[in-house]
Amino acid sequence: MEANFAALAEAAPRIWEGLGITLLLTLGGALLAIVIAVVLGLGARLNNVFLRGICRAFIEFFRGTSLVVQLFFFFFVLPQLGVDLPAMVCGILGLGLNYGAYCAEVVRGSINSVPTGQWEATTALSLSKTQRMRRIIFPQAWALMIPSLTNYLIHMLKGTAIVSFITLADLTYHTEQLRQDTNTFFAYGVSLVIYFVLAYILTLMMNGLEVQAKHKLGRGDSLRETLSLKAPETTVAAEGGRG
Amino acid sequence: MNELWDWDAAYAVLPELLLAFLKVTLLVTVVSTAIAAVLGLVIAILRMSVPKPVAVVINFIGDFIRMTPIVVQLLFAYWTFLSVDAIVIGIAVFGIHYSTYMAEVYRAGIESVPKGQWEATKALSMSKSRTWIAVIIPQALRATVPALGNYAISMFKDTPFLLTIGVVEMVRAGLTFGGNHFRYMEAITLAGVIFLLASYPTSLLISRLEKRLAYNY
Repeated sequence: MEANFAALAEAAPRIWEGLGITLLLTLGGALLAIVIAVVLGLGARLNNVFLRGICRAFIEFFRGTSLVVQLFFFFFVLPQLGVDLPAMVCGILGLGLNYGAYCAEVVRGSINSVPTGQWEATTALSLSKTQRMRRIIFPQAWALMIPSLTNYLIHMLKGTAIVSFITLADLTYHTEQLRQDTNTFFAYGVSLVIYFVLAYILTLMMNGLEVQAKHKLGRGDSLRETLSLKAPETTVAAEGGRG
Repeated sequence: MNELWDWDAAYAVLPELLLAFLKVTLLVTVVSTAIAAVLGLVIAILRMSVPKPVAVVINFIGDFIRMTPIVVQLLFAYWTFLSVDAIVIGIAVFGIHYSTYMAEVYRAGIESVPKGQWEATKALSMSKSRTWIAVIIPQALRATVPALGNYAISMFKDTPFLLTIGVVEMVRAGLTFGGNHFRYMEAITLAGVIFLLASYPTSLLISRLEKRLAYNY
């Protein structure tokens, strides 16, 4: 066991580097995915049949063909067409496009499930279409879509584990190296725990984002109030003072 | 050789892809979905019938499996059980991984059964097993069918992860062909097209089923 930890300590800098690659892919992919999701999600609700059709085709295409196929397409096929992208760009593109298409459905669904009264109210106040979306509908839809986006973010983190096949030395790749110095159980145990902790931290951050989004809509405490330990005491003290 | 699309290469690779599709991709999807469907239900029921501390442990294990990459789980199982066929490892890992998702679906389904149903089984002094089998499960399962279908599709599109443990599924077959002929275009594109052709109609079917089940519920 001690030999295992010694090997782990020795491999730690490489694992740290791999962790950086994994995180860069996840966060880069997530940023691209959210941009694509909002654009396609809004596009899939347009009245213009032509534009809507393009957005729908895009969504179904990137959802229907597997993530791995897309990664390999960017990495192996594009060079054949004369487009030579760095492996990291291929990874982020593949992850972002694939999960962006999934999240576009979440965006579309959340916007559609904002109550009708809210839409009617914007008409009553004669807000413009942009104002309606930007100030009334989207903030409410945003609070609704965060739980599903969290799920896809975790999926994306898990999906990055394949990138050693496009020559990126991520966390999984370096654990494979560690296995040769220690044993299977130890090496993959370390890797699984790191992924789990990462997923857990990402979930907590997204939960924080949800609390904040709801607070902006006037529902629930702000993030700071949620995280602080003695928020409710103030009312009691005020009442005591009055008595 | 430099043209964009080579039909000869496409014709050459298509049979190989379809064979791998039938022999591996489809097989793993179907068997693992069956495992996930049954095991998920067992986990969901177990979690509700054991003492709280045990349930907490089961929950944690479920979360751990769900929140870690299937690729690492595949590699872990592959190197641990070296004597077992890689495809059997793949089927088991996919089945167990997705059973943790299915357990959540079943949990929601079971919780949606009205409280009165539980009370009625008590009033009729039904045994615990009879309560589950004759009353709760039939009502809980109905709403979970579309979710099972969606996870089956999701698993289907995850099957290329099997190439990490050397299983020659469709994408691996395509990569091998591409490497041998120095052309990836046809193999990878066709693999994507087959995925699309198989998953899109299925997902349409499932969303129709979902609407029908929701309507009758």
